[in-house]
Parts: sequence; C-alpha cells; structure tokens
Amino acid sequence: MMQPATSIGEPNAVAIAFFAVFITATLGITYWAARRTRTTDDFYTAGRTVTAGQNGLALAGDYMSAASFLGIAGLVATSGFDGLLYSTGWLVGWPVVLFLVAEPLRNLGRYTFADVVAARLNPRPVRIAAAVGTLATITFYLIAQMVGAGGLIRLLLGVPYEIAVIGVGFAMMAYVLFGGMLATTWVQIVKAVLLLGGAAMLALLVLSRFNFSPLQLFAAAAEQYGSGVLAPGKLVQNPLDAISLGIALMFGTAGLPHILMRFYTVPDARAARRSVFFATGLIGLFYLLTFILGFGAMVLVGPDAIRAVDAGGNMAAPLLAELLGGRPFLGFIAAVAFATILAVVAGLALSGAAAISHDIWASVIRRGEPKPGEELRVARIATVCLALIAMGLGIVFKGQNVAFMVGLAFAIAASGNFPALLLAVFWPRTSTAGAASSMVVGTITTVGLITLSPAIQMDLLQHESAFFPLRNPALVSVPLSFAVGILVSLLRPDRDGAARFAALERRTLLGVEAPVEPLPGP
Amino acid sequence: MTSSNSETAALALERMRTVARTRWRLAGALTIAMVAVYFGFLSLVAWSPSTLGKTLTPGLSLGVLLGALVIVCAWLLTWVYVRWANAVYDPMVAEQRAALRDAADSSERNRGDRA
Repeated sequence: MMQPATSIGEPNAVAIAFFAVFITATLGITYWAARRTRTTDDFYTAGRTVTAGQNGLALAGDYMSAASFLGIAGLVATSGFDGLLYSTGWLVGWPVVLFLVAEPLRNLGRYTFADVVAARLNPRPVRIAAAVGTLATITFYLIAQMVGAGGLIRLLLGVPYEIAVIGVGFAMMAYVLFGGMLATTWVQIVKAVLLLGGAAMLALLVLSRFNFSPLQLFAAAAEQYGSGVLAPGKLVQNPLDAISLGIALMFGTAGLPHILMRFYTVPDARAARRSVFFATGLIGLFYLLTFILGFGAMVLVGPDAIRAVDAGGNMAAPLLAELLGGRPFLGFIAAVAFATILAVVAGLALSGAAAISHDIWASVIRRGEPKPGEELRVARIATVCLALIAMGLGIVFKGQNVAFMVGLAFAIAASGNFPALLLAVFWPRTSTAGAASSMVVGTITTVGLITLSPAIQMDLLQHESAFFPLRNPALVSVPLSFAVGILVSLLRPDRDGAARFAALERRTLLGVEAPVEPLPGP
Repeated sequence: MTSSNSETAALALERMRTVARTRWRLAGALTIAMVAVYFGFLSLVAWSPSTLGKTLTPGLSLGVLLGALVIVCAWLLTWVYVRWANAVYDPMVAEQRAALRDAADSSERNRGDRA
C-alpha cells in the first residue's frame, strides 16, 4: 500500500486562517448576542424568537458531532458497510422526536425537559432526578467531545493536545457565558451550513472521479477490497449488541437534554414541529453523504494509509480532502471539524447550566421563587464551572479510548430521560415517585452495566472477560426504566393525580397562549 | 348565559380531545412504523448478514440499498405527519381555541354586568 504524502500533523496556514475567521466571526456574533441577552428567557431560549428554519439548522448543528463527520467517514473507509449502521441509527431517532416529544415539550415547558416531567408531579424529587440524568448525559458527551477535539486539533493544526482542549473550553465558555442561547444558536447555524457545505463539496469531488455515479464508486470499492465491504462484517459479532445499540440510538435522541432544550427557542408548537422536519431533512442528507465520503476515502486514500495517520480512522475525511483539493481544502475541512466540535459543546454546556440553575437552584433550593436576577447569575457561574470541569476531564482522559462514551450518553438519555418524559406526558397514572425512580434507576443501571461491559472491562482495563456481555446496555436498561416507572406509579400514586393530569392535558392540547387556569400546585 | 358559556367551553374541550386522540393515534402508528423499519433492517444485519450482502447490480448490495431506504423512510414518515398536522390539526386547534376564548370573554363580560 502506498503511503500518501500528507501534511496532516504539520501547521497548515490555510487551516489557521480559517480557524481565525471562524473564531472572529463567532465572537462577533457573541458580542452582538450579548447585548440582546438580558433576562433569563433570553439566556435559555433566545427570547423564543428563533424561526422554524433557523431552529432546524441549529438542531442539525447541535446534533451532528465530530463523531458523525470524521467518525462515520473513518468507520466506513476502514470497515465498509458496518459504519453505515451509525448513519441510519443516528437519524431514526428524529421522527420519534417529532411524533412524540417536540410539540408537548414546547407546550408544557419553559427551559428544560424537567419542566415537562415536573409539570403535574411534585417538582422537587422529579427535578433532582432529572438534573442527575441531564448532568450524567452531558458529562459523558462532553468528555467524548473534548478528548476528540484535543486529538483532532493536534493532528490538524499541530498544536499540543492540552492547549487545544483549553482553547475549545474557553471558546465554549465565551459563547454561552456572554451570548447565551442566541449566540449558541447562531454558532450552530454557521456550523451546520459549513458542515453540510463542506461535506457536499467533498462528496461532489469524490463523485467527479466516478462519473457522478455512487454505484460506480461502490463497485470500485467492492472490486478493490472484496464485495464484503458492502455487507455486514466484523463490527456486528453479537446480534443482541446490534439491537441494543439500535435502541440507544433511536430513543436516546428523544432524551438528549441539549436537543430538547432547542424546542423552547421557537415561538410555538407549530414552529417546533416544522423545525424537526427541517432538521430531519438536513441530517438525513448529511448521513447519505457519509456513504459517499466513507467509500470515497476507502477507494481513493485506502484503509491502510488512513490507519497509518490515525489508528481510529478519524482522519479519513481530512485525508480525502487533501487528496482531492490540496492543502487549502484540507485547511477548510479541518476548520469545519473544529466548528463542528465548538457548536456541539456550546449546546451541551448551556443545557448543563440550565439543569443546575433552573432545575436545582431556582426550583429545588429556592422552591420556584428565586430572587430577581439570581437564576441568570447562577446559570453563568454554572457555565464557568462546567467549562473548567470539561477542560479538566478532557486532559485527564487524554489518550484514552473514549468512543464508548457517546454510546453511553445516548444510553443514559434513552433509559434515564426518555421513559419518564414519555410516561409524564402520555400516561395519566404516572406519579412523582414513579417518574423519579424511573429516571434514577435508568441512569444508575446504565452507568453500572457499562462499567461491567466489555467496553470498560476488556477494552479499557484489559481484563480477560466482562461480567455483562453487551457493549451497550439499552436492551436491558430502557425496558427496566419503563417497568420501574409504571410499577412504582401504581404502588405509590399521587393523591390528586387525575385532576392534575386533566389540567396538563388541556395545556398539552392548547399551548400556553390559551386561556387556562394555572396548574394546581403540589 | 354563564351556563351556556361553560357548555360551549366544555364542548370545545371535548372536540379538542377527539382531535388530540386522532393525533396520538397517528403519531403512535408512525412511531411504530419507524421502529418496524429500523429494527427490521437491524434484525437482518444481526441475524442474516448474508441476505444483505447480495449484490443487486454491480456496486449495489441489498444492505446499502436498504440502509439508504431507512433514511428515505424517515423522511417520508416525518413528511406525512407534518402535512397532516399543518392541514388538519392546526386549523382544528385554532378553531377550538377561539371558541374557548370567546366563551371565556363573554363569561367575563357577564360577571362585569352583574357587578
């Protein structure tokens, strides 16, 4: 196998110029947004003025992480069809968000998904449990992003790992701290446009070598590396593992706190619905492009050359860009990858800050009556703390294989957050004790089973075997979380549960603008 | 007067419930369809990988085709839902919301008259 002459790992002037432009532009947006961010509503929801089209792009920007772009392209380039399982799995959660979650969420909540679960239940136990689920999801997602960011920026720009992690941490802190949801939204929109544009350009350049026919590209891959690359392969050894991962990906999306929070930025439920429709279209398009990018890198760059640069395969798309468009295009794609990471971590930090300040401080500690301006101040302090923690964890986990952490974050979202959210909206008999225990059991079981799984026992700790056979616990933890929620609700019902559900139903149907009585208190 | 207003309100709310039930039925059916499509595909991946390895035309295996179709299915299902909700659900909600608001307004006026 020939070794391509690559400049990856050396400082790239074009990449640095694009980074500088992106950072300047987004800090400019943040400055503009900071002057429009005065109230708690501004900070968490951009004053609910985001349009459906803007929110669709921002949802796409919030969701498509570096794992989607670099990870899937690398996985397809090195192992063929198996990588496509992620392309499909990460999309099929979106219709579920549209059908079951987006509209009730917009009608029932203000800032966090816990608002919805707590709407007709006793708020304090439910909010504590929801904050635990949110912070667990966000922490693991953040670690994965930070470690990925450090490694990528070191490879793409040639700066040391620690400096890259600290740089990402400070940029994220600046966007959220000063610009709140408005700045975060526009960073995500810019990123979505850059990522979709960059991926589309790269795919067109690939297809131009194959008469613009994807089938000729796939045929070339099958000819060079055997028809096995177009069929399920080594990645899926245990059938139950594939199903379990599928459950986590499909239902996890509907439980990701930073995604759910975006539905509060639009004016009403109709706009929430339309924004998911746009997001599903854009994200689906992107994942179809990953088919082309992955097989393009396999045929044009070659799996061995990709692994030689980065064992995980993450450099497949950048190598492809360099091969087809030279160093300037590599620089552009590197800057796109950087923008991708920043937009995702900003969304994560904002939803973590909301869980701490809105769910824990304002609702639990201050019992729903914070002093004026206090909630916003706590949110900003929480943002700084979360950024410092993310930087610290990013450095602690340097060099570790953290790929399982994204799967873990999805599994916690699917089993800790999603069942309680669904039960609270749809099932009249859901009680405070039921929802809270579903969230706690879902989160703890997921973390516990992952600790006992091959991902930690064998890959990380190098043990011979694992106590729990599945790499992703969703197959066990999601049904368990539903069962606990239902069983505990039946055993420990709330006293005036029926009346509260009737009031909630009215608001689910009509939205907050309708003439409704305030919900009866606990 | 007041009682007929609360009757109007009750009727509007009852109509809303009917529309909402239709909405949940549709949303539930579409969710089940998405689950069936995706887990159908995954079951083939897990238990019958050789089926997906079949080559249809040079370069196109059944697996790659079905993978792309899963994404297309997700698009179609969201399109069906959004079309229905925009065309049927939103106008109904707007109508019943207006009826509720009228009932609330006129009972407000009645209270004002009595005072």
